Amino acid sequence: MAKILIVSELNQSSLPKSVTIEILGKCKGHQIDVAFVGAGPSEAGSKMLAEYGAQNILVLKSDKLSSYSCEGYSAAVKEVAKSGGYHYIFTGATAAGKDYFPRLSAELQTGLASDVTNFTWEGDKFFGTRPFFAGKCLAKVEMQGSGPHLISIRPNALGMPTEKAAAAGAGKVSDTAVNVSEVKALVKSIIKAASSKVDLTEANVIVSGGRAMKNAENFKILDELADVIGATVGASRAAVDSGFAPHAMQVGQTGKTVSPSLYIACGISGSIQHLAGMRTSKVIVAVNTDPEAPIFTRADYGIVGDLFKIVPILTKEFKALLGK
Amino acid sequence: MKNIFVLVKQVPDTETKIIPKADGSYVEVTNIKWIMNPYDEFAVEQSLLIKTAFPECNVTVVRVGTVSDNECLRTAMAMGADDAILVESEGLIDSFTTAKAIKGAIEKSGRTPDLILSGKQAIDDDALQVPQLLAGLMNLPSVSVVVGFEVAGNVVKLKREVEGGSIEIYELNAPLVVACNKGLNTPRYASLPGIMKAKKKPLAQYKLSDVGVSASDTKVKYHGFQLPPEKPAGKKFDAMDDAKAGAIVKDVVGLLRNEAKVI
Repeated sequence: MAKILIVSELNQSSLPKSVTIEILGKCKGHQIDVAFVGAGPSEAGSKMLAEYGAQNILVLKSDKLSSYSCEGYSAAVKEVAKSGGYHYIFTGATAAGKDYFPRLSAELQTGLASDVTNFTWEGDKFFGTRPFFAGKCLAKVEMQGSGPHLISIRPNALGMPTEKAAAAGAGKVSDTAVNVSEVKALVKSIIKAASSKVDLTEANVIVSGGRAMKNAENFKILDELADVIGATVGASRAAVDSGFAPHAMQVGQTGKTVSPSLYIACGISGSIQHLAGMRTSKVIVAVNTDPEAPIFTRADYGIVGDLFKIVPILTKEFKALLGK
Repeated sequence: MKNIFVLVKQVPDTETKIIPKADGSYVEVTNIKWIMNPYDEFAVEQSLLIKTAFPECNVTVVRVGTVSDNECLRTAMAMGADDAILVESEGLIDSFTTAKAIKGAIEKSGRTPDLILSGKQAIDDDALQVPQLLAGLMNLPSVSVVVGFEVAGNVVKLKREVEGGSIEIYELNAPLVVACNKGLNTPRYASLPGIMKAKKKPLAQYKLSDVGVSASDTKVKYHGFQLPPEKPAGKKFDAMDDAKAGAIVKDVVGLLRNEAKVI
Protein backbone atom coordinates (compact mmCIF):
# COMPACT_ATOMS: atom_id res chain seq x y z
CA MET A 1 0.00 0.00 0.00
CA ALA A 2 1.44 3.34 -1.05
CA LYS A 3 1.09 6.38 1.18
CA ILE A 4 -0.48 9.14 -0.87
CA LEU A 5 -1.21 12.82 -0.33
CA ILE A 6 -3.63 14.64 -2.65
CA VAL A 7 -3.37 18.41 -2.46
CA SER A 8 -6.83 19.76 -3.26
CA GLU A 9 -8.41 23.11 -3.98
CA LEU A 10 -11.93 24.29 -3.21
CA ASN A 11 -14.59 25.16 -5.76
CA GLN A 12 -17.02 28.06 -5.26
CA SER A 13 -19.21 25.93 -2.95
CA SER A 14 -16.30 25.08 -0.61
CA LEU A 15 -16.33 21.50 -1.92
CA PRO A 16 -13.13 19.88 -3.16
CA LYS A 17 -12.59 20.39 -6.90
CA SER A 18 -13.81 17.33 -8.79
CA VAL A 19 -10.30 16.40 -9.94
CA THR A 20 -9.60 15.47 -6.30
CA ILE A 21 -12.42 12.91 -6.38
CA GLU A 22 -11.18 11.63 -9.75
CA ILE A 23 -7.73 11.02 -8.21
CA LEU A 24 -9.20 9.44 -5.07
CA GLY A 25 -11.11 6.97 -7.25
CA LYS A 26 -7.94 5.91 -9.05
CA CYS A 27 -5.93 5.49 -5.82
CA LYS A 28 -8.46 3.18 -4.22
CA GLY A 29 -6.80 0.65 -1.90
CA HIS A 30 -3.89 2.90 -0.92
CA GLN A 31 -3.59 5.02 2.19
CA ILE A 32 -4.73 8.48 1.17
CA ASP A 33 -4.65 11.83 2.95
CA VAL A 34 -5.98 15.04 1.43
CA ALA A 35 -4.49 18.48 2.10
CA PHE A 36 -5.88 21.98 1.55
CA VAL A 37 -3.77 25.11 1.68
CA GLY A 38 -5.13 28.01 3.73
CA ALA A 39 -8.81 27.06 4.05
CA GLY A 40 -10.46 23.65 4.39
CA PRO A 41 -13.64 22.23 2.86
CA SER A 42 -17.19 22.50 4.19
CA GLU A 43 -18.59 19.65 6.29
CA ALA A 44 -20.25 18.21 3.18
CA GLY A 45 -16.89 18.44 1.43
CA SER A 46 -14.98 16.49 4.07
CA LYS A 47 -17.78 13.90 4.21
CA MET A 48 -17.50 13.44 0.44
CA LEU A 49 -13.72 12.98 0.72
CA ALA A 50 -14.17 10.36 3.45
CA GLU A 51 -16.71 8.46 1.32
CA TYR A 52 -14.11 8.19 -1.43
CA GLY A 53 -11.49 6.89 0.98
CA ALA A 54 -9.67 9.90 2.49
CA GLN A 55 -8.17 9.19 5.92
CA ASN A 56 -6.75 12.47 7.20
CA ILE A 57 -7.81 15.85 5.86
CA LEU A 58 -5.08 18.37 6.60
CA VAL A 59 -5.67 22.10 6.43
CA LEU A 60 -2.29 23.77 6.12
CA LYS A 61 -2.26 27.04 8.04
CA SER A 62 0.07 30.01 8.13
CA ASP A 63 -0.55 33.75 8.11
CA LYS A 64 1.25 33.81 4.73
CA LEU A 65 -1.31 31.51 3.08
CA SER A 66 -4.37 33.78 2.97
CA SER A 67 -4.00 34.14 -0.80
CA TYR A 68 -2.28 32.05 -3.46
CA SER A 69 1.46 32.33 -3.98
CA CYS A 70 3.80 29.93 -5.75
CA GLU A 71 6.42 30.19 -2.99
CA GLY A 72 3.93 29.96 -0.11
CA TYR A 73 2.03 26.93 -1.43
CA SER A 74 5.25 25.17 -2.35
CA ALA A 75 6.74 25.77 1.12
CA ALA A 76 3.56 24.62 2.88
CA VAL A 77 3.23 21.34 0.95
CA LYS A 78 6.97 20.71 1.25
CA GLU A 79 6.66 20.69 5.02
CA VAL A 80 3.92 18.04 5.19
CA ALA A 81 5.53 16.08 2.34
CA LYS A 82 8.54 15.54 4.55
CA SER A 83 6.83 14.99 7.88
CA GLY A 84 4.09 12.76 6.43
CA GLY A 85 6.45 10.28 4.74
CA TYR A 86 4.37 10.19 1.54
CA HIS A 87 5.44 8.12 -1.47
CA TYR A 88 3.35 10.11 -3.94
CA ILE A 89 1.85 13.61 -3.89
CA PHE A 90 -0.92 14.36 -6.38
CA THR A 91 -2.70 17.54 -7.37
CA GLY A 92 -4.91 18.78 -10.20
CA ALA A 93 -3.17 20.44 -13.16
CA THR A 94 -5.08 23.67 -12.45
CA ALA A 95 -3.70 27.21 -12.76
CA ALA A 96 -2.27 26.88 -9.23
CA GLY A 97 -1.13 23.24 -9.55
CA LYS A 98 0.67 23.96 -12.80
CA ASP A 99 2.38 26.94 -11.19
CA TYR A 100 3.71 25.71 -7.85
CA PHE A 101 4.22 21.94 -8.25
CA PRO A 102 7.36 22.47 -10.41
CA ARG A 103 8.80 24.65 -7.63
CA LEU A 104 7.97 21.93 -5.13
CA SER A 105 9.86 19.51 -7.39
CA ALA A 106 12.95 21.72 -7.10
CA GLU A 107 12.60 22.09 -3.34
CA LEU A 108 12.11 18.38 -2.70
CA GLN A 109 14.65 17.42 -5.41
CA THR A 110 12.19 14.84 -6.73
CA GLY A 111 10.48 14.46 -10.10
CA LEU A 112 7.14 15.80 -11.30
CA ALA A 113 5.01 14.07 -13.93
CA SER A 114 2.80 16.94 -15.09
CA ASP A 115 -0.61 16.91 -16.77
CA VAL A 116 -1.00 13.13 -16.50
CA THR A 117 -4.23 11.88 -18.13
CA ASN A 118 -4.29 8.27 -16.93
CA PHE A 119 -2.40 5.98 -14.58
CA THR A 120 -2.32 2.49 -13.12
CA TRP A 121 -0.68 0.87 -10.11
CA GLU A 122 1.46 -2.24 -9.98
CA GLY A 123 1.62 -2.80 -6.27
CA ASP A 124 2.98 0.47 -4.93
CA LYS A 125 4.49 1.62 -8.20
CA PHE A 126 2.85 4.30 -10.30
CA PHE A 127 2.70 3.98 -14.10
CA GLY A 128 1.35 7.07 -15.83
CA THR A 129 0.37 8.18 -19.32
CA ARG A 130 0.60 11.77 -20.47
CA PRO A 131 0.16 13.56 -23.78
CA PHE A 132 3.02 15.14 -25.72
CA PHE A 133 2.57 17.71 -28.52
CA ALA A 134 -0.83 18.68 -27.09
CA GLY A 135 -2.07 15.12 -27.48
CA LYS A 136 -0.77 14.33 -30.95
CA CYS A 137 0.93 11.41 -29.21
CA LEU A 138 0.97 9.76 -25.79
CA ALA A 139 3.91 8.58 -23.68
CA LYS A 140 4.33 6.39 -20.63
CA VAL A 141 5.87 8.09 -17.63
CA GLU A 142 7.83 6.49 -14.79
CA MET A 143 9.28 8.18 -11.75
CA GLN A 144 13.01 7.76 -11.03
CA GLY A 145 14.92 7.84 -7.75
CA SER A 146 13.46 8.23 -4.30
CA GLY A 147 10.19 10.04 -3.53
CA PRO A 148 7.99 11.69 -2.70
CA HIS A 149 7.13 11.65 -6.42
CA LEU A 150 4.94 14.48 -7.66
CA ILE A 151 2.08 14.02 -10.11
CA SER A 152 -0.36 16.57 -11.50
CA ILE A 153 -3.55 15.27 -13.09
CA ARG A 154 -5.47 16.95 -15.89
CA PRO A 155 -9.02 17.74 -14.72
CA ASN A 156 -11.80 15.65 -16.39
CA ALA A 157 -9.29 13.15 -17.83
CA LEU A 158 -9.63 10.25 -15.36
CA GLY A 159 -13.40 10.51 -15.02
CA MET A 160 -15.36 10.36 -11.79
CA PRO A 161 -15.25 7.04 -9.90
CA THR A 162 -18.36 4.96 -10.55
CA GLU A 163 -18.62 3.91 -6.92
CA LYS A 164 -17.50 5.09 -3.50
CA ALA A 165 -14.71 3.41 -1.53
CA ALA A 166 -15.62 -0.02 -0.10
CA ALA A 167 -14.62 1.22 3.33
CA ALA A 168 -14.98 4.95 3.91
CA GLY A 169 -11.89 6.73 5.21
CA ALA A 170 -11.85 8.37 8.62
CA GLY A 171 -12.02 11.82 6.98
CA LYS A 172 -10.56 13.38 10.09
CA VAL A 173 -10.07 17.11 9.61
CA SER A 174 -7.22 18.82 11.42
CA ASP A 175 -5.40 22.12 11.11
CA THR A 176 -1.67 21.77 10.56
CA ALA A 177 0.51 24.80 11.20
CA VAL A 178 3.24 25.14 8.60
CA ASN A 179 6.24 27.40 8.56
CA VAL A 180 6.27 29.65 5.49
CA SER A 181 9.15 32.10 5.30
CA GLU A 182 9.20 35.23 3.16
CA VAL A 183 7.00 35.24 0.04
CA LYS A 184 8.41 37.60 -2.59
CA ALA A 185 5.89 37.12 -5.42
CA LEU A 186 2.57 37.84 -3.77
CA VAL A 187 -0.71 38.70 -5.51
CA LYS A 188 -1.39 42.39 -4.90
CA SER A 189 -4.85 42.46 -6.43
CA ILE A 190 -7.08 40.51 -8.78
CA ILE A 191 -9.04 41.73 -11.79
CA LYS A 192 -12.02 39.36 -11.99
CA ALA A 193 -13.05 38.15 -15.41
CA ALA A 194 -16.44 39.33 -16.64
CA SER A 195 -17.61 35.72 -16.91
CA SER A 196 -18.03 33.59 -13.81
CA LYS A 197 -17.97 30.38 -15.83
CA VAL A 198 -15.55 27.54 -15.11
CA ASP A 199 -12.27 27.67 -16.97
CA LEU A 200 -12.02 25.90 -20.31
CA THR A 201 -9.50 23.43 -18.88
CA GLU A 202 -12.00 22.33 -16.22
CA ALA A 203 -15.23 22.75 -18.21
CA ASN A 204 -17.53 19.79 -18.70
CA VAL A 205 -19.17 21.28 -21.79
CA ILE A 206 -17.53 23.63 -24.32
CA VAL A 207 -18.94 25.52 -27.30
CA SER A 208 -16.19 26.85 -29.59
CA GLY A 209 -16.25 29.20 -32.55
CA GLY A 210 -13.84 29.46 -35.47
CA ARG A 211 -13.03 31.82 -38.30
CA ALA A 212 -16.53 31.34 -39.74
CA MET A 213 -17.92 33.32 -36.80
CA LYS A 214 -16.84 36.35 -38.90
CA ASN A 215 -16.58 38.79 -35.96
CA ALA A 216 -16.54 39.11 -32.17
CA GLU A 217 -20.16 40.27 -32.03
CA ASN A 218 -21.41 36.98 -33.50
CA PHE A 219 -20.00 35.04 -30.53
CA LYS A 220 -23.17 36.05 -28.68
CA ILE A 221 -25.05 33.23 -30.42
CA LEU A 222 -22.52 30.82 -28.88
CA ASP A 223 -22.97 32.52 -25.49
CA GLU A 224 -26.72 31.95 -25.74
CA LEU A 225 -26.22 28.25 -26.51
CA ALA A 226 -23.61 27.98 -23.75
CA ASP A 227 -25.94 29.54 -21.18
CA VAL A 228 -28.60 26.91 -21.90
CA ILE A 229 -26.30 23.89 -21.54
CA GLY A 230 -23.93 25.30 -18.88
CA ALA A 231 -20.99 25.47 -21.23
CA THR A 232 -17.84 27.60 -21.36
CA VAL A 233 -17.16 29.31 -24.70
CA GLY A 234 -13.88 28.71 -26.52
CA ALA A 235 -12.37 29.75 -29.84
CA SER A 236 -9.98 28.46 -32.47
CA ARG A 237 -6.61 30.07 -33.15
CA ALA A 238 -7.99 31.47 -36.41
CA ALA A 239 -10.75 33.24 -34.48
CA VAL A 240 -8.30 34.55 -31.86
CA ASP A 241 -5.76 35.72 -34.45
CA SER A 242 -8.58 37.50 -36.32
CA GLY A 243 -9.40 39.37 -33.11
CA PHE A 244 -12.85 37.76 -32.56
CA ALA A 245 -11.92 36.40 -29.11
CA PRO A 246 -9.15 36.87 -26.48
CA HIS A 247 -6.29 34.36 -26.20
CA ALA A 248 -7.68 33.13 -22.86
CA MET A 249 -10.44 31.49 -24.93
CA GLN A 250 -8.11 29.73 -27.39
CA VAL A 251 -8.32 25.95 -27.64
CA GLY A 252 -5.42 24.19 -29.34
CA GLN A 253 -1.71 23.54 -29.21
CA THR A 254 -0.85 27.20 -28.51
CA GLY A 255 -3.92 27.70 -26.36
CA LYS A 256 -5.69 25.46 -23.89
CA THR A 257 -5.86 21.69 -24.03
CA VAL A 258 -9.34 20.62 -23.00
CA SER A 259 -11.19 17.38 -22.29
CA PRO A 260 -14.88 18.10 -21.70
CA SER A 261 -17.67 15.53 -21.94
CA LEU A 262 -19.16 17.49 -24.83
CA TYR A 263 -17.34 19.76 -27.28
CA ILE A 264 -19.39 21.63 -29.88
CA ALA A 265 -17.19 23.09 -32.66
CA CYS A 266 -18.93 25.77 -34.70
CA GLY A 267 -17.34 26.97 -37.93
CA ILE A 268 -14.00 25.38 -37.06
CA SER A 269 -12.29 23.56 -39.92
CA GLY A 270 -10.08 21.50 -37.58
CA SER A 271 -6.39 22.26 -38.16
CA ILE A 272 -3.89 19.77 -36.67
CA GLN A 273 -3.06 22.13 -33.81
CA HIS A 274 -6.76 22.63 -32.92
CA LEU A 275 -7.59 18.92 -33.05
CA ALA A 276 -4.62 18.27 -30.76
CA GLY A 277 -6.08 20.58 -28.15
CA MET A 278 -9.58 19.04 -28.01
CA ARG A 279 -9.21 15.44 -29.19
CA THR A 280 -9.66 13.97 -25.71
CA SER A 281 -13.19 15.42 -25.54
CA LYS A 282 -15.55 12.52 -24.92
CA VAL A 283 -18.18 13.54 -27.47
CA ILE A 284 -17.54 16.00 -30.30
CA VAL A 285 -20.22 17.77 -32.33
CA ALA A 286 -19.10 19.74 -35.38
CA VAL A 287 -21.04 22.30 -37.39
CA ASN A 288 -19.42 23.39 -40.65
CA THR A 289 -20.53 24.25 -44.18
CA ASP A 290 -17.61 22.33 -45.73
CA PRO A 291 -18.39 18.58 -45.73
CA GLU A 292 -14.67 17.87 -46.29
CA ALA A 293 -13.50 19.88 -43.23
CA PRO A 294 -11.00 17.80 -41.15
CA ILE A 295 -13.07 18.44 -38.00
CA PHE A 296 -15.61 15.90 -39.32
CA THR A 297 -13.00 13.11 -39.09
CA ARG A 298 -13.00 13.63 -35.30
CA ALA A 299 -16.68 14.42 -34.78
CA ASP A 300 -19.07 11.91 -33.26
CA TYR A 301 -21.94 13.93 -34.70
CA GLY A 302 -21.22 16.12 -37.70
CA ILE A 303 -23.74 18.60 -39.02
CA VAL A 304 -22.94 19.96 -42.47
CA GLY A 305 -24.65 23.31 -42.38
CA ASP A 306 -24.38 27.03 -41.74
CA LEU A 307 -23.63 27.69 -38.08
CA PHE A 308 -25.71 30.88 -38.12
CA LYS A 309 -28.76 28.73 -38.90
CA ILE A 310 -27.82 25.59 -36.94
CA VAL A 311 -26.66 27.13 -33.63
CA PRO A 312 -29.95 28.95 -32.88
CA ILE A 313 -31.84 25.70 -33.58
CA LEU A 314 -29.47 23.83 -31.23
CA THR A 315 -30.18 26.43 -28.55
CA LYS A 316 -33.94 26.07 -29.07
CA GLU A 317 -33.83 22.24 -29.02
CA PHE A 318 -31.61 22.08 -25.91
CA LYS A 319 -33.97 24.54 -24.18
CA ALA A 320 -36.90 22.25 -24.98
CA LEU A 321 -34.99 19.14 -23.87
CA LEU A 322 -33.82 20.67 -20.60
CA GLY A 323 -37.18 22.31 -19.93
CA LYS A 324 -35.70 25.83 -19.76
CA MET B 1 18.33 45.88 -14.77
CA LYS B 2 21.67 44.68 -16.08
CA ASN B 3 21.61 40.99 -16.92
CA ILE B 4 18.66 39.32 -18.60
CA PHE B 5 18.68 35.63 -19.48
CA VAL B 6 16.06 34.28 -21.90
CA LEU B 7 15.38 30.55 -22.12
CA VAL B 8 14.51 29.28 -25.58
CA LYS B 9 13.66 25.87 -26.93
CA GLN B 10 13.51 24.58 -30.47
CA VAL B 11 10.32 22.61 -31.20
CA PRO B 12 8.55 21.09 -34.22
CA ASP B 13 6.23 23.51 -36.04
CA THR B 14 2.62 23.29 -34.78
CA GLU B 15 1.39 21.90 -38.13
CA THR B 16 3.83 18.96 -37.91
CA LYS B 17 2.41 15.47 -38.14
CA ILE B 18 3.95 13.63 -35.19
CA ILE B 19 5.12 10.04 -35.80
CA PRO B 20 6.35 7.94 -32.86
CA LYS B 21 9.64 6.06 -33.38
CA ALA B 22 9.28 2.34 -34.03
CA ASP B 23 10.86 1.52 -30.65
CA GLY B 24 8.64 4.08 -28.88
CA SER B 25 11.64 5.91 -27.39
CA TYR B 26 10.46 9.29 -28.75
CA VAL B 27 9.11 10.67 -32.01
CA GLU B 28 10.74 10.90 -35.44
CA VAL B 29 12.70 14.16 -35.64
CA THR B 30 14.21 13.92 -39.11
CA ASN B 31 12.58 16.02 -41.85
CA ILE B 32 10.84 18.20 -39.32
CA LYS B 33 10.41 21.95 -39.66
CA TRP B 34 11.83 23.41 -36.45
CA ILE B 35 10.70 26.69 -34.98
CA MET B 36 11.47 28.65 -31.84
CA ASN B 37 8.87 27.60 -29.25
CA PRO B 38 6.09 30.17 -29.92
CA TYR B 39 5.81 31.24 -26.25
CA ASP B 40 9.59 31.85 -26.10
CA GLU B 41 9.24 34.48 -28.82
CA PHE B 42 7.28 36.61 -26.34
CA ALA B 43 10.10 36.19 -23.80
CA VAL B 44 12.76 37.25 -26.34
CA GLU B 45 10.67 40.24 -27.41
CA GLN B 46 10.11 41.29 -23.78
CA SER B 47 13.85 41.20 -23.08
CA LEU B 48 14.47 43.44 -26.09
CA LEU B 49 11.77 45.90 -25.03
CA ILE B 50 13.49 46.15 -21.63
CA LYS B 51 16.87 46.55 -23.31
CA THR B 52 15.48 49.51 -25.26
CA ALA B 53 14.58 51.17 -21.95
CA PHE B 54 17.82 50.10 -20.21
CA PRO B 55 20.50 50.21 -22.94
CA GLU B 56 23.26 49.00 -20.60
CA CYS B 57 21.39 45.73 -20.19
CA ASN B 58 22.87 42.50 -21.61
CA VAL B 59 20.53 39.86 -23.04
CA THR B 60 21.77 36.26 -23.13
CA VAL B 61 19.68 33.51 -24.72
CA VAL B 62 20.10 30.02 -23.27
CA ARG B 63 19.11 26.75 -24.86
CA VAL B 64 19.48 23.10 -23.87
CA GLY B 65 19.33 20.81 -26.89
CA THR B 66 21.07 19.23 -29.85
CA VAL B 67 23.91 21.00 -31.66
CA SER B 68 22.30 20.43 -35.04
CA ASP B 69 19.29 22.65 -35.82
CA ASN B 70 20.59 25.40 -33.57
CA GLU B 71 18.75 28.09 -35.55
CA CYS B 72 16.65 29.52 -32.74
CA LEU B 73 19.66 30.90 -30.80
CA ARG B 74 20.84 32.70 -33.95
CA THR B 75 17.28 33.91 -34.56
CA ALA B 76 17.11 35.35 -31.04
CA MET B 77 20.46 37.10 -31.57
CA ALA B 78 19.27 38.36 -34.96
CA MET B 79 16.24 39.84 -33.18
CA GLY B 80 18.67 41.68 -30.88
CA ALA B 81 19.98 39.45 -28.06
CA ASP B 82 23.66 40.04 -27.29
CA ASP B 83 25.01 36.54 -26.86
CA ALA B 84 23.98 32.92 -26.44
CA ILE B 85 24.72 29.76 -24.49
CA LEU B 86 24.02 26.25 -25.76
CA VAL B 87 24.11 23.28 -23.42
CA GLU B 88 24.38 20.21 -25.64
CA SER B 89 22.08 17.31 -24.92
CA GLU B 90 20.94 14.41 -27.03
CA GLY B 91 17.48 12.94 -27.09
CA LEU B 92 14.67 13.59 -24.65
CA ILE B 93 15.59 14.89 -21.18
CA ASP B 94 13.27 15.69 -18.30
CA SER B 95 12.42 19.11 -16.90
CA PHE B 96 14.54 18.72 -13.75
CA THR B 97 17.67 17.96 -15.80
CA THR B 98 16.92 20.89 -18.13
CA ALA B 99 16.40 23.36 -15.28
CA LYS B 100 19.56 22.21 -13.51
CA ALA B 101 21.55 22.55 -16.75
CA ILE B 102 20.25 26.09 -17.26
CA LYS B 103 21.15 27.02 -13.69
CA GLY B 104 24.68 25.68 -14.27
CA ALA B 105 24.98 27.55 -17.57
CA ILE B 106 23.86 30.85 -16.04
CA GLU B 107 26.37 30.42 -13.20
CA LYS B 108 29.14 29.63 -15.70
CA SER B 109 28.44 32.90 -17.54
CA GLY B 110 29.73 34.75 -14.48
CA ARG B 111 26.83 37.21 -14.64
CA THR B 112 24.25 37.49 -11.90
CA PRO B 113 20.75 37.49 -13.42
CA ASP B 114 18.39 40.36 -12.68
CA LEU B 115 15.68 38.77 -14.78
CA ILE B 116 15.17 35.32 -16.31
CA LEU B 117 12.48 35.11 -18.99
CA SER B 118 10.97 32.12 -20.75
CA GLY B 119 7.80 31.03 -22.49
CA LYS B 120 5.08 29.67 -20.19
CA GLN B 121 5.40 26.22 -21.78
CA ALA B 122 7.17 24.43 -24.59
CA ILE B 123 4.73 23.00 -27.11
CA ASP B 124 6.59 19.69 -27.48
CA ASP B 125 6.50 18.14 -23.98
CA ASP B 126 3.91 20.63 -22.62
CA ALA B 127 5.36 20.02 -19.16
CA LEU B 128 5.09 23.65 -17.91
CA GLN B 129 7.86 23.03 -15.43
CA VAL B 130 11.23 24.55 -16.30
CA PRO B 131 10.72 28.23 -15.35
CA GLN B 132 9.27 27.50 -11.90
CA LEU B 133 11.71 24.62 -11.34
CA LEU B 134 14.63 26.90 -12.19
CA ALA B 135 13.27 29.57 -9.84
CA GLY B 136 13.07 26.95 -7.09
CA LEU B 137 16.61 25.72 -7.73
CA MET B 138 17.96 29.30 -7.75
CA ASN B 139 15.82 30.39 -4.80
CA LEU B 140 14.20 33.17 -6.82
CA PRO B 141 10.51 34.09 -6.97
CA SER B 142 8.65 33.33 -10.20
CA VAL B 143 5.46 34.42 -11.91
CA SER B 144 4.03 32.34 -14.76
CA VAL B 145 1.47 32.84 -17.57
CA VAL B 146 2.33 36.53 -17.70
CA VAL B 147 0.36 38.80 -20.04
CA GLY B 148 1.39 42.24 -18.72
CA PHE B 149 4.88 43.53 -17.94
CA GLU B 150 6.18 46.86 -16.65
CA VAL B 151 9.61 47.68 -15.28
CA ALA B 152 10.25 50.72 -13.07
CA GLY B 153 13.81 50.72 -11.77
CA ASN B 154 14.23 47.50 -9.89
CA VAL B 155 10.48 46.94 -9.48
CA VAL B 156 8.62 44.68 -11.88
CA LYS B 157 4.82 44.85 -12.26
CA LEU B 158 3.24 41.77 -13.78
CA LYS B 159 -0.17 40.52 -14.82
CA ARG B 160 -0.71 36.77 -14.58
CA GLU B 161 -3.65 35.06 -16.29
CA VAL B 162 -5.50 32.49 -14.18
CA GLU B 163 -8.67 30.41 -14.52
CA GLY B 164 -11.52 31.86 -16.54
CA GLY B 165 -9.45 34.82 -17.74
CA SER B 166 -9.10 36.55 -14.35
CA ILE B 167 -5.86 38.48 -13.86
CA GLU B 168 -3.60 38.50 -10.79
CA ILE B 169 -1.45 41.59 -10.33
CA TYR B 170 2.07 41.18 -8.91
CA GLU B 171 4.61 43.82 -7.97
CA LEU B 172 8.02 42.66 -6.81
CA ASN B 173 11.72 43.38 -6.90
CA ALA B 174 14.18 41.79 -9.31
CA PRO B 175 15.76 39.27 -9.50
CA LEU B 176 12.98 36.93 -10.56
CA VAL B 177 11.85 34.41 -13.18
CA VAL B 178 8.96 35.29 -15.52
CA ALA B 179 7.19 32.83 -17.82
CA CYS B 180 5.45 34.66 -20.68
CA ASN B 181 2.11 33.97 -22.37
CA LYS B 182 0.74 34.91 -25.78
CA GLY B 183 -0.69 38.43 -25.81
CA LEU B 184 2.19 39.94 -23.79
CA ASN B 185 3.68 41.71 -26.83
CA THR B 186 4.14 41.32 -30.58
CA PRO B 187 7.46 39.62 -31.34
CA ARG B 188 9.55 41.42 -33.96
CA TYR B 189 11.03 39.83 -37.06
CA ALA B 190 14.79 39.68 -37.39
CA SER B 191 16.07 42.35 -39.79
CA LEU B 192 18.63 41.55 -42.49
CA PRO B 193 21.39 43.58 -40.76
CA GLY B 194 20.35 41.81 -37.54
CA ILE B 195 20.84 38.42 -39.18
CA MET B 196 24.30 39.47 -40.46
CA LYS B 197 25.30 40.78 -37.01
CA ALA B 198 24.03 37.65 -35.27
CA LYS B 199 26.59 35.52 -37.09
CA LYS B 200 29.38 37.33 -35.23
CA LYS B 201 27.79 37.33 -31.79
CA PRO B 202 29.36 35.00 -29.19
CA LEU B 203 27.86 31.56 -28.63
CA ALA B 204 29.26 29.60 -25.67
CA GLN B 205 28.85 25.85 -25.83
CA TYR B 206 28.87 23.42 -22.90
CA LYS B 207 28.24 19.74 -22.31
CA LEU B 208 25.78 18.65 -19.63
CA SER B 209 28.72 17.48 -17.48
CA ASP B 210 30.29 20.98 -17.74
CA VAL B 211 27.25 22.51 -16.05
CA GLY B 212 27.04 20.00 -13.21
CA VAL B 213 24.38 17.63 -14.57
CA SER B 214 24.67 13.87 -14.29
CA ALA B 215 22.45 10.87 -15.09
CA SER B 216 21.18 10.78 -11.50
CA ASP B 217 19.41 14.12 -12.12
CA THR B 218 16.84 12.33 -14.28
CA LYS B 219 13.71 12.22 -12.15
CA VAL B 220 11.11 11.30 -14.77
CA LYS B 221 11.52 8.79 -17.61
CA TYR B 222 9.35 8.89 -20.73
CA HIS B 223 8.96 5.91 -23.06
CA GLY B 224 6.35 3.99 -25.02
CA PHE B 225 5.50 6.88 -27.34
CA GLN B 226 2.46 6.00 -29.42
CA LEU B 227 -0.35 7.65 -31.31
CA PRO B 228 -3.58 8.07 -29.36
CA PRO B 229 -6.29 5.54 -30.21
CA GLU B 230 -8.37 6.59 -33.22
CA LYS B 231 -12.05 7.10 -32.66
CA PRO B 232 -14.40 5.21 -34.94
CA ALA B 233 -16.00 7.41 -37.58
CA GLY B 234 -18.99 9.34 -36.31
CA LYS B 235 -22.34 10.15 -37.87
CA LYS B 236 -22.58 12.97 -40.39
CA PHE B 237 -25.80 14.74 -41.36
CA ASP B 238 -26.37 17.05 -44.32
CA ALA B 239 -28.29 20.08 -43.09
CA MET B 240 -27.49 22.52 -45.92
CA ASP B 241 -31.16 22.44 -46.91
CA ASP B 242 -32.90 24.86 -44.52
CA ALA B 243 -36.11 22.86 -44.70
CA LYS B 244 -34.39 19.82 -43.20
CA ALA B 245 -32.13 21.59 -40.70
CA GLY B 246 -34.71 21.72 -37.90
CA ALA B 247 -35.41 17.98 -37.94
CA ILE B 248 -31.72 17.07 -38.20
CA VAL B 249 -30.69 19.26 -35.27
CA LYS B 250 -33.54 17.82 -33.22
CA ASP B 251 -32.23 14.31 -34.03
CA VAL B 252 -28.67 15.21 -33.01
CA VAL B 253 -29.85 16.70 -29.72
CA GLY B 254 -31.81 13.48 -29.13
CA LEU B 255 -28.71 11.39 -29.85
CA LEU B 256 -26.66 13.46 -27.40
CA ARG B 257 -29.22 12.69 -24.71
CA ASN B 258 -30.07 9.03 -25.52
CA GLU B 259 -27.02 7.59 -27.30
CA ALA B 260 -24.03 9.64 -26.09
CA LYS B 261 -25.69 10.44 -22.73
CA VAL B 262 -23.76 13.68 -22.27
CA ILE B 263 -26.61 16.10 -21.75
